[in-house]
Amino acid sequence: MTAIGANPHLLASVLSKPDLAAELDTRKWERLVWQSRAAELMGQLHHTLRSTGNLDCAPEEARRHLDAAWTISEKHAIAVRHELRGLQEILQPLGIPVILLKGAAYCAQNNRASIGRIFNDIDILVPKSALPAVEERLTWAGWFATHTNAYDERYYRDWMHEIPPLEHKNRATALDVHHTILPPTSGIRPDPNDFFTAAKPLAGEWSFFKVLSREDMVIHSACHLFFGEFHKGLRDLLDLHALLTDFGADNQFWDALLDRADHLGLTQPVVDVLQQSCRIYNTPVPASIRDNLQIRASTRWPRWMRAWLFEHALRPNHYSAAGVTTPFGHWMIFARSHWLRMPLPLLIYHISHKLFAEK
Amino acid sequence: MAFQGLRIPCGPFNVSIHSDLETLACVLHKIYADFPIADESVYVDFEVQLKAPNHLRKFVRPQISFSCDGRIPFKPLPIGQAFPMLEWGLNWVISSHAHSYLVIHAAVVEKNGRALILAADPGSGKSTLCAALVHRGWRLLSDELALVDLVSGNVLPIARPISLKNASIGVVGAFGADVELSPVCHDTAKGSIAHMKPPAASVDLVALSAKPILVVFPKYSKDTQLVSETVGSAHAFLEIARHTFNFSVLAGDGFDAIGRLVDGVRACRISYSSFDQVIPEIERLWRETE
Repeated sequence: MTAIGANPHLLASVLSKPDLAAELDTRKWERLVWQSRAAELMGQLHHTLRSTGNLDCAPEEARRHLDAAWTISEKHAIAVRHELRGLQEILQPLGIPVILLKGAAYCAQNNRASIGRIFNDIDILVPKSALPAVEERLTWAGWFATHTNAYDERYYRDWMHEIPPLEHKNRATALDVHHTILPPTSGIRPDPNDFFTAAKPLAGEWSFFKVLSREDMVIHSACHLFFGEFHKGLRDLLDLHALLTDFGADNQFWDALLDRADHLGLTQPVVDVLQQSCRIYNTPVPASIRDNLQIRASTRWPRWMRAWLFEHALRPNHYSAAGVTTPFGHWMIFARSHWLRMPLPLLIYHISHKLFAEK
Repeated sequence: MAFQGLRIPCGPFNVSIHSDLETLACVLHKIYADFPIADESVYVDFEVQLKAPNHLRKFVRPQISFSCDGRIPFKPLPIGQAFPMLEWGLNWVISSHAHSYLVIHAAVVEKNGRALILAADPGSGKSTLCAALVHRGWRLLSDELALVDLVSGNVLPIARPISLKNASIGVVGAFGADVELSPVCHDTAKGSIAHMKPPAASVDLVALSAKPILVVFPKYSKDTQLVSETVGSAHAFLEIARHTFNFSVLAGDGFDAIGRLVDGVRACRISYSSFDQVIPEIERLWRETE
């Protein structure tokens, strides 16, 4: 393969500086389309280029892919709203609070993070005590678990922050039902009541649902990204960039965000998000906040190593963005995400099971 | 290294294929022999890779994985199934991205600039019938995906290899010495699979689209009488919509395009048990419609 790692930051740089589109030749447009496809960011790229008047720079061959991605993202938004109406009908009689998480929340709020976005699943948060009733009503409405073996069942029920993923029998939509925001096995156990107390009801058509407070929404998405495997890291970080840009218009947001993160014991992922989002998307974080982030960082890892790790993890998953050490970086991220998710004895048990018992 | 960045046309797209697999290169060389290899100046729509899912799987029960721009649509398969996997992968590339077209699960052949669409469920004998018609001089547009342009209503040729399953492999192989087949892969998800090399004349005319005038819903069953009946346009509409992969993506535009397609064609359902029954019947319908 020629030109390995030739353009590791092409996609991110066009997303943050759309005027660069005017300078791209055909080879660069090719790569931009591949990378945005690999990162699941083509709909967002279409929107960014169009809203800045740069879409016409795209050659015809690239344009048709961008236009199709936009069409698909519009269909996704319609489908998510359709599913939310159904979930409202199913869950309303239970009289419990139901919080929409991540994509579903952005979509119901018409947040700018939802524009052009593809939705792979719908995530909701309900009180743990309500899980049996929620599951029963969902089952009657055609939502069934896709992970059905005994080990997976135990993995989710005993160790995770969600029940086994559900899928609708006719539409194959995926639904994740959470009872807290982090796996309890990670050792970080914020009180879920904190999130329900701070949650905000939505207005109008979606008033049955709630969303996390703006600080919690950022913290949750930050945890999801920085405790995870970075499969869609660049996409998740662009979501966060959109949230931070929106919420940050209010100057009081930034201190409230860091205070809340301290209170929940989740300062590190928020520091990571702010640093990486500034690095990659030029997020307008006030200098007073940005300059003091490193003081708050609490990690035993050397700073250069984390910088190297995130640099590789936040590239599009395409060979045109990969360097020689990128596969190793991805392996490190995979190992790190499991390390953060569970204590060592449990991790060894889990890995042994995956390696031997399931073959 | 077998080939890195082999650029070939794939319906409305150009794909660049990367693989280290020598055996795959041999089959590709034989079955795609008449395809033009595009030079560096062409716009590449998709990067496609076939490689082992991990280092272990290069040696222990070797497997192969298909990926397209970082996405992996299928689970890895035994290395012997690399060529069928490439073909399924390329079909996936077209059916999940060619949204300027209705993508219909159908075979299409052409004569005198007009197209015949054969739409059917898997196992109905669509590809075998397509191979038989192509062997009798019809031009191959596609054995698997009919691409109907949303604006012009014409079918865009793909002219990739014809996929044959189980008993069909022997049937098509017996057409004559001029039929070239890939090595048979046994025990795939669809049984035994082989691919027929598309005729050079069909590959040469891949840029020439055709207006559809006849849609046939074929159904092969053993020991059956020939039954041929005209299908009403409402029924034909629903049947085509059911076979359209991107109907939900195209929504209103797709609905209108199927409506225009159905208005411009005659639609028939044919049950048959032999080529001697079905081909004269198709030729009779064709003469009447043309």
